[in-house]
Amino acid sequence: MHEWALAEAVISTISRLAESEGLREIKEVKLKIGELQQIELEVFKFALTQLRDSSLLKNAKFNIEVVNAEIKCRNCGFEWSLEKEKIDKDAAEAIHFIPEVIHAFIRCPKCGSPDFEITGGRGVWIEDLKGVR
Amino acid sequence: MDRGLEGRKVKMSDPRLSIIDERLKDVDDIIAVSSGKGGVGKSLIASAIALTLAEKKYKVGLLDLDFTSPSTHVILNAGETHPTEWKGIIPPEIHSLKYMSIIYFSGNRALPLRGLEASNALTELLAITRWGQLDYLIVDMPPGIGDATLDIIKLIKRVRFLLVVTPSRLAFETVKKLIELLLELNVPVVGVIENMKMGESTFIRERIREIDLKYLGEIPFDHALEEAIGDPNRFSKTVFAERIREILEMNDYLKGS
Repeated sequence: MHEWALAEAVISTISRLAESEGLREIKEVKLKIGELQQIELEVFKFALTQLRDSSLLKNAKFNIEVVNAEIKCRNCGFEWSLEKEKIDKDAAEAIHFIPEVIHAFIRCPKCGSPDFEITGGRGVWIEDLKGVR
Repeated sequence: MDRGLEGRKVKMSDPRLSIIDERLKDVDDIIAVSSGKGGVGKSLIASAIALTLAEKKYKVGLLDLDFTSPSTHVILNAGETHPTEWKGIIPPEIHSLKYMSIIYFSGNRALPLRGLEASNALTELLAITRWGQLDYLIVDMPPGIGDATLDIIKLIKRVRFLLVVTPSRLAFETVKKLIELLLELNVPVVGVIENMKMGESTFIRERIREIDLKYLGEIPFDHALEEAIGDPNRFSKTVFAERIREILEMNDYLKGS
């Protein structure tokens, strides 16, 4: 997902969670981002500061952790970590937007199968939220 | 007091889900063109409906959700077009349609996806695409009641389905399952188009009416259609496109009833 789209989605999810939990102010947000998303952290952080709602998130601290991309072949069982530098530039750009298109570009280094599973480092999730009621 | 929300509730919050409604909020009508089985002409019908509505000056988007076998880009000759990156992705405009397909990301290579991966890709595409204001978003679906169908019903609560069937009893047998599912889930069905009609059989028309769905119309098998694929100007002059025009006109441009 794109940095701005992602920031918008994160802010919107936090607002929804804060509302359902009755939080007036968010102090801290712990976010995990899969490496496969290839998010440019500076752009993402900038987008977060631009998009955050003034009252709810004005003092919120965002802790962002990038989780390594781990892949397991469904055909031969081989497990490996994605080496970003080995991916061609256009493919990397496409994977940045829609990680699943990795299946069009990458093969298992051991058996050549496109049938592999992303076991880690995919997606973005809110790990923890601290706030004031 | 400080309060953490650690645990399942937060971890299960997929940020992409809260943005999809936002992305589609200025789209008046979302119509998924689907069928029970492949090869009945869904993509051609979805493309023709989108082009005809655009011809009528409606603002129209066409979204190809058939990730493993996309084909609308060939019908539209999407060739060298590309989406623009702006706080997400802005679809390119082709023949007055805003157009989006997985091919812009897969590089038109084979994209073998299993269930959850297909769902993730679909969610991601809906979350990043900025359609802007549209009168209609026409969605070309993969056939059947698999992942994409369940996902679109889950992710776009106001989607309506338009079903395509051929005179074949096999096509009807498969679309029946899709109809059962849609009715059970209270998903609105715009109606059914019977494509590739060759004889005078009223089998499909009668069956559709028996289940109280709208029979939108029939399209004869058009031998000239294949030659027009990839040339939207020629495509819009085929008997096939002309029949789509008549069907849309007869059915008040599929406006919600």
